[in-house]
Amino acid sequence: MPLFERLYNFAHWLTQDREEAEDLVQETYAKALKGFSSFQPGTNFRAWIYQILRNTFLTSRTGLKSTATVPLDLGGDDETVPAANDTPESILLQRSDQQLVQEALGRLPVPYREVLLLCEFEEMSYQEISTTLAVPVGTVMSRLSRARRALRDTVQELRGNKGT
Amino acid sequence: MACELWTENLDAYFDGELPADEARAFNEHLRQCATCAAEGLRRVQQKRAVQAVGQRFTPNPAFRASIQKSIAAPRQSPWGWRWLPVFLSATAATLLIASAFLLNLQHDRRSEQQLLSELVDQHVATLASANPVDVVSSDRHTVKPWFQGKIPFTFNVPELQDSPFVLVGGRVAYVSQSPGAELIFRVRQHQMSVFIFQERGLREARENEAVRTALSFQVRTWRHNGLRYFVIGDASAQDLDKLSELIKAAG
Ligand SMILES: [Zn+2]
Repeated sequence: MPLFERLYNFAHWLTQDREEAEDLVQETYAKALKGFSSFQPGTNFRAWIYQILRNTFLTSRTGLKSTATVPLDLGGDDETVPAANDTPESILLQRSDQQLVQEALGRLPVPYREVLLLCEFEEMSYQEISTTLAVPVGTVMSRLSRARRALRDTVQELRGNKGT
Repeated sequence: MACELWTENLDAYFDGELPADEARAFNEHLRQCATCAAEGLRRVQQKRAVQAVGQRFTPNPAFRASIQKSIAAPRQSPWGWRWLPVFLSATAATLLIASAFLLNLQHDRRSEQQLLSELVDQHVATLASANPVDVVSSDRHTVKPWFQGKIPFTFNVPELQDSPFVLVGGRVAYVSQSPGAELIFRVRQHQMSVFIFQERGLREARENEAVRTALSFQVRTWRHNGLRYFVIGDASAQDLDKLSELIKAAG
């Protein structure tokens, strides 16, 4: 999938709104073109442009709101979450759970949603994510671990609500 | 039972971030430990699920057109107008970087760099092309014979099993009218081109085995048995080194 479509998809996931996503992508492109001279050759281009998009989002109204309502280090960003003790049967995802996963992902706080998308969907390395989010690799790992846990809890919650 | 130590690394393992030796040890442990294996399965499932639902929103055609128009407009900067229209249609990263590379060449036009720029151009063209390969195959036994009769030499395609690389296919490439081979490999989101030419077709290009960073493009080049090899891509330096080693090993 071309970068433009990926950027748009990511922007829409962040803003949860088509019009805002379009504004975000437009502004990102404008900044990238203007600032291309500030791009350091030899560094990662993809991380660079995602970083622009994300910074633009964070300073937008929706972005400010999303970080104002959720403290970024949702409970100690520095330790990893201990492994769960659930039995495998209770937690394996069903095929029909895809819908739930999608819904749950949209409900996660932005810092969790974005780190999951960058890792699982964009398939960025920890290093690339670290550059994109401007946080140390250790923080990427702990945030990922929390985000995965949060996603799983949310899916289970949603599944419970639907009474299966 | 030292499982806690392993579970700590579960994420890194399935994210492909464990160093090779640790990954091997982990792999061994997974075979023997049902607890870790079950937890691993669960995490992989969730990872796949997010991957699957991650692609959700598609830009409106009208919006796409408006962006396309805004960046296709002629610009002051010399790299702008030439490359930006393609920006949308292919791997933008490599395109913009390639343009920077080309721009840089104007300041320093030595023949080797000229050759490299030609190859980078071809690599970029491959990325931008709708049909990037003439022979589409991940099977090295298909790709190698396909070149027979099309180029004046033979070469070996490396064994990629147990490596992160995927062979996408190949095509015939030309430098100063002499035909050579271009093999296209993929690693993660990155695509790399490997060019192989006969040395005498590249007489003006005199260079020893070299590691270069042609601005953002990584380039590896070496000579072997009268052939010149070039590996070009925006993947990491380690990836290029790894692929180069595989190709060298194939002889
Ligand atoms: Zn174990």
